[in-house]
Amino acid sequence: MPIKTYRDALNEALHQEFERDERVFILGEDVSGGQAGSAGVVDAAGGIFGVTKGLVNKFGVDRVIDTPISESAIIGAANGAALAGMRPIAELMFADFIGVSMDQIFNQLAKFRYMFGGKTTCPVVVRLPTGAGMNMAAQHSQTMYQMMTSVPGLKVVMPANAYDAKGLLISAIRDDDPVLFFEHKGLYNDKCEVPDEPYTVPIGEADMPREGDDVTVVAFSRSVKFAIKAIDKLQEEGISCDLVDPRSSSPLDEETILESVEATSRLVVVDESPPRCGLTADIAAMVASKGFSSLKAPIEQVSAPHTPVPFARELERAYVPGPAHIEAAIRKTLA
Amino acid sequence: MDKDKLLRAYSQLKTIREFEERLNVEIATGEIAGFTHLYAGQEAVAVGVCESLDDKDYIVSTHRGHGHCMAKGGDVIDMMKEIYGSTEGLCKGKGGSMHIADFDRGILGANGIVGGGPPLAVGAAIAIKQRGDKNVAVSFSGDGSSNQGTVFEAMNLAVVLEVPSIFVFENNGYGEHTGADYAVGGDLLKRTQGFGMPVFTADGADFFSVYDATQKAIAHANAGQGPSAIYAECPRYFGHYVGDPQKYRSKDELSDIRENQDCLKILRAKVIEDASLTEAELATADEQVMKLIDDAVTAARAAPRPVAADVLEDVYINY
Ligand SMILES: Cc1ncc(C[n+]2csc(CCOP(=O)(O)OP(=O)(O)O)c2C)c(N)n1
Ligand SMILES: [Mg+2]
Repeated sequence: MPIKTYRDALNEALHQEFERDERVFILGEDVSGGQAGSAGVVDAAGGIFGVTKGLVNKFGVDRVIDTPISESAIIGAANGAALAGMRPIAELMFADFIGVSMDQIFNQLAKFRYMFGGKTTCPVVVRLPTGAGMNMAAQHSQTMYQMMTSVPGLKVVMPANAYDAKGLLISAIRDDDPVLFFEHKGLYNDKCEVPDEPYTVPIGEADMPREGDDVTVVAFSRSVKFAIKAIDKLQEEGISCDLVDPRSSSPLDEETILESVEATSRLVVVDESPPRCGLTADIAAMVASKGFSSLKAPIEQVSAPHTPVPFARELERAYVPGPAHIEAAIRKTLA
Repeated sequence: MDKDKLLRAYSQLKTIREFEERLNVEIATGEIAGFTHLYAGQEAVAVGVCESLDDKDYIVSTHRGHGHCMAKGGDVIDMMKEIYGSTEGLCKGKGGSMHIADFDRGILGANGIVGGGPPLAVGAAIAIKQRGDKNVAVSFSGDGSSNQGTVFEAMNLAVVLEVPSIFVFENNGYGEHTGADYAVGGDLLKRTQGFGMPVFTADGADFFSVYDATQKAIAHANAGQGPSAIYAECPRYFGHYVGDPQKYRSKDELSDIRENQDCLKILRAKVIEDASLTEAELATADEQVMKLIDDAVTAARAAPRPVAADVLEDVYINY
């Protein structure tokens, strides 16, 4: 099977869905790039992370829409187009810019289906480059998905590898409900086997990239990669872990997590977001109430600290929970 | 303008230019982390505005903020240390290039959120007005930033409240990879006038032109007439960020702006022609600037690095 990067897998999903359904279009800042530039080149950017590369050449400026820097209008226009029967994909250049467009996300997009008595759905996908790792400091490095998970009416998806990136993006585009699609910036260059043909990965079903007996590790997004490192290292010492990647925080595959904890009796939850009201706390609470009798040790939560993301290399490295933090937590739960 | 002031303005322009040119080289070594947006080409705007301000006036800057901060008196060495991520940097290495602030100098921060600044400047102007001070609060915005709702809201609020804010628009032709002619609907100048405040236009490559416009804007505020704007077209010499391949720009454009829109050349020609400064004075200023930039890089390289425990400093609550 061909090996592709996370970036290229997403790009391929976009190309294939644009091809399949004429109602699909994308809007965002520099999704083509180069409009009114002195070189007269469109597709000068293809998104600043290159995910939308080549789309404008194939599908034209009506379906690959460069917008002014106006995040409220980007999300609002996507919402309106969806209500009017289209399948828009909105791109925010960085997930942090949810802040600028918050009303259109949580008061509008998330509410329509329920508030209008089930008379409409709002099939918008919002693509959101997320997370730390590029030393871009406090306003360009946040995960954000943990906040969005608390909003009823939104699906919140965060693929951890290239295969899932393609399959989940196709599912998201075909989904009738709003999907916030978080692409970790630290994963864009990661590669794995990705089929050429279109395929879907169902939203709400966990993946189990490692299986073992001693501890259950639940991790999201780039933390899955770090958990794999920690788990593979401990495997050499004979400690074996289940690794559950829920792939979406909403809907959450509670069943897979609970089944695994029932078998291992120990739980470590890992995420790059801050600890309070975040994904690690949410899953720890869920297991404590629904799987308490399975537990033989306190649940370990591995998260970022309760601070903004700092700039300097040393600080950002200390901020992001990495393999060493995860390894320590696994050992602690076994102690 | 008296000689000292003129020489100072020239040195400021030169300092910003050389700071940015040097960063462009140093970033290529991989030593500096993150994304850096260089201000080279636009110096006349920052210096033209800030030479009329003192420490009690406020500025709110942007992601492309080095020039604004230096022009407003931000310490060059401490800024360089911040960009290198040292604990001796202006923000202890927590902010970096996009988040330089110095509250003693009235620098309320560079801002990583496009359009995040102008509402803050209105708030600072409210503070000035309530205290009865004769100061101004200046926000810098780009052509791209001018399309954010927050910028419209800020201008309207300032007009409604008649506060002494000055909205500076630097049209450098691009917001990232997209031309202003595409992204700005209508006419940025007329749009701004539409809010009911005067807009003073300036040549963004000419220090004197921006300085004059700023004098008018300050006089307007000091007369209790509320906000105004300054609109300046200016060149952006480098890419959007260091490393930007700039496929959207022609080579001709890049060489043309260096040749014909260089605020240093333009200022030098004027002061030599009217004999207000001599070649020797300018050469001495140049030497001092080059030494300052060298010192800044040397100091930043040698400055102490943060340790992991510093992550938990400067928060009020820790879990
Ligand atoms: C809310 C928000 N949207 C998008 C960005 C990404 N971004 C950073 S700078 C920039 C272009 C800004 O253009 P302009 O205002 O003209 O300033 P210039 O870069 O030309 O100085 C963009 C889109 C951002 N930082 N914040
Ligand atoms: Mg611009």
